[in-house]
Amino acid sequence: MIRSKYLPVLTTLAIFVAAYVACVLQFPNMLSTRVIGNLLTDNAFLGIAAVGMTFVILSGGIDLSIGSVIAFTGIFLAVSMDTLGLHPIVAFVLALLIATVFGGVMGAIIHYLKMPAFIVTLAGMFFARGMAFLISTQSVPVSHPFYNELQSLYFRLPGGGRLTFVGMVMLAVFIGGALVAQRTRFGTNVYALGGNMQSAELMGVPVARTTIGIYALSGFLAGLSGIVFSLYTSAGYSLAAVGVELDAIAAVVIGGTLLTGGSGFVAGTFLGILIQGLIQTYIVFDGTLSSWWTKIVIGLLLFAFIALQRGILWMSERRRADWRGVGAPA
Amino acid sequence: MSARLVDALKRLAPQLIALAVILALNAAVSRGFFDIQFQNGRLYGSLIDVLNRGAPVAILSIGMTLVIATRGIDLSVGAVMAICGAVGASLIAGGYSLPATLAATIGIGLICGLWNGALVALLDIQPIIATLILMVAGRGIAQLVTEGVILTFNDASFIFIGSGAALGLPMPVLIWVALGIVVALLVRSTALGLLIEAVGVNRRASSLAGVDSRSLLLAVYATSGLCAAVAGIIAAADIKGADANNAGLWLELDAILAVVIGGTSLLGGRFSIIGSLIGAMIIQSVNTGILLSGFPPEFNLIIKAAIIVVILVVQSPASRSLWTFVRPERRREPRQVERVAR
Repeated sequence: MIRSKYLPVLTTLAIFVAAYVACVLQFPNMLSTRVIGNLLTDNAFLGIAAVGMTFVILSGGIDLSIGSVIAFTGIFLAVSMDTLGLHPIVAFVLALLIATVFGGVMGAIIHYLKMPAFIVTLAGMFFARGMAFLISTQSVPVSHPFYNELQSLYFRLPGGGRLTFVGMVMLAVFIGGALVAQRTRFGTNVYALGGNMQSAELMGVPVARTTIGIYALSGFLAGLSGIVFSLYTSAGYSLAAVGVELDAIAAVVIGGTLLTGGSGFVAGTFLGILIQGLIQTYIVFDGTLSSWWTKIVIGLLLFAFIALQRGILWMSERRRADWRGVGAPA
Repeated sequence: MSARLVDALKRLAPQLIALAVILALNAAVSRGFFDIQFQNGRLYGSLIDVLNRGAPVAILSIGMTLVIATRGIDLSVGAVMAICGAVGASLIAGGYSLPATLAATIGIGLICGLWNGALVALLDIQPIIATLILMVAGRGIAQLVTEGVILTFNDASFIFIGSGAALGLPMPVLIWVALGIVVALLVRSTALGLLIEAVGVNRRASSLAGVDSRSLLLAVYATSGLCAAVAGIIAAADIKGADANNAGLWLELDAILAVVIGGTSLLGGRFSIIGSLIGAMIIQSVNTGILLSGFPPEFNLIIKAAIIVVILVVQSPASRSLWTFVRPERRREPRQVERVAR
């Protein structure tokens, strides 16, 4: 019997494999490392941001600011390199620092003012987008030899596919994220907070430090995602990445993470990203479907997974009730 | 009656003062802000413009107030606006009569609201997530209806809803004021408002006390869907077309902001529809003021962020306990309020 903890993630895996097989049966060309390489490259920025979102949702919160932070990072990088003439590495470090502090401040507000994460990160979303606009409302192109070098860096896969630098960064972030979630004290604390904040506090979990850490991590990864996005598009634009937070939330939920927090896996989010990418690839291969089908299918998948989660919860509650029934004297 | 009015004014004082200050600032940056002219049988002026442009957010905030009072949230209203605008535009362009189009459009809005309500009330899904589904899928559905183009129409009677005028006022203004009065009377002259607050404070307890919280939640989300449909009709009629990508985009956030500015707590419970309407007007005054002052419109977002932070600090339970600590003579008051609420 499969433990119910793994059921959502295994369902996602089964859906992904089934969908991929169905796609390959219709378009045999989809079974190539080229398609997979592109899938990883095209969704790299979304995947990195979604890892941060996984931690936030595991802790029972939500972060609406990541799309704006990505746009801010992009425009900040472009302007600091183009106008101020900073070296990309200096600009990267500065951008990551700003994004991390920004996330940490939001976490501090959420914890110390005891306000819902939803409204605090909504303010953060407005603020970061406004700051991006203040830097520049134009699309600023980036042309630095270092950028070209990073962009042309890739690992050739058998079959002609390319695992690009940004794809590798995403894979590294997923592996790192999974290790942090499963193998560190911080990760355990995140699960504990999401399971039940009061019990976590009574058990001695440092709630303030963990909450600030979670949102700082989400900010850091949103910043990293902004860097990857900037490498991917070679430009900074303050209107970019609108609504990425929704795609990230969708990926996390489709990946089987419980939205009330406390249960889920970083690996599931990876599958969620792959499913979203697969839908887009299928639409490109088909050629007659419109891109808006992506949104509808993602909406349907969201509904299916939320219904599945409710079902599992309901079943486990019933089983517990049954046990109680057995234990009681007849 | 007059005592009740004074009471209401006292409760809404912070919002009214904020609105007055913003309007005064607007008048300072643009001379003639308060000028109102009467031409061609209707009023013109910046102030009327604020009332008119703020209509969609004001209408959305009516439904959103009720939803937030039940400790929920409705993220889908912007997408529902897009769906309803698309349905309305395609029906009227397809030659259906105005009453049939309006009925069908509002019906679609109600169905969207009931879907959200069913997820929240029957399946017990968190409101943020339940309404996220329609928020993500809704624009896709709207695109499906318009088949990916901006559907335009030329029906004069439908366009009248967006840009016509009656009694000297633009139609959108009349619609939001009327809708606000009807809903406010409905919930405040009956026990409905109290029951909604009860569900928001503690759903389990109110269910145990005999409140039919499921039907109530369904009705509240349906109302939000209905408001979104009306806002969608106005937005479509205003631009004489349905734009599935941009109609109502991010208006859910403005509507939530309007409700929060209006003094309704995101933690559920006590609500004020009039407060939310004033909140919507505050947001629109800021928008208009920035445009008039010649500042880049980008400042808008930073000002909104600042407004949220101020409200957060004021509403936060942490700062409230600090306040009672600083002023010990007030320490008794919140406890009494709490006892009444329980």
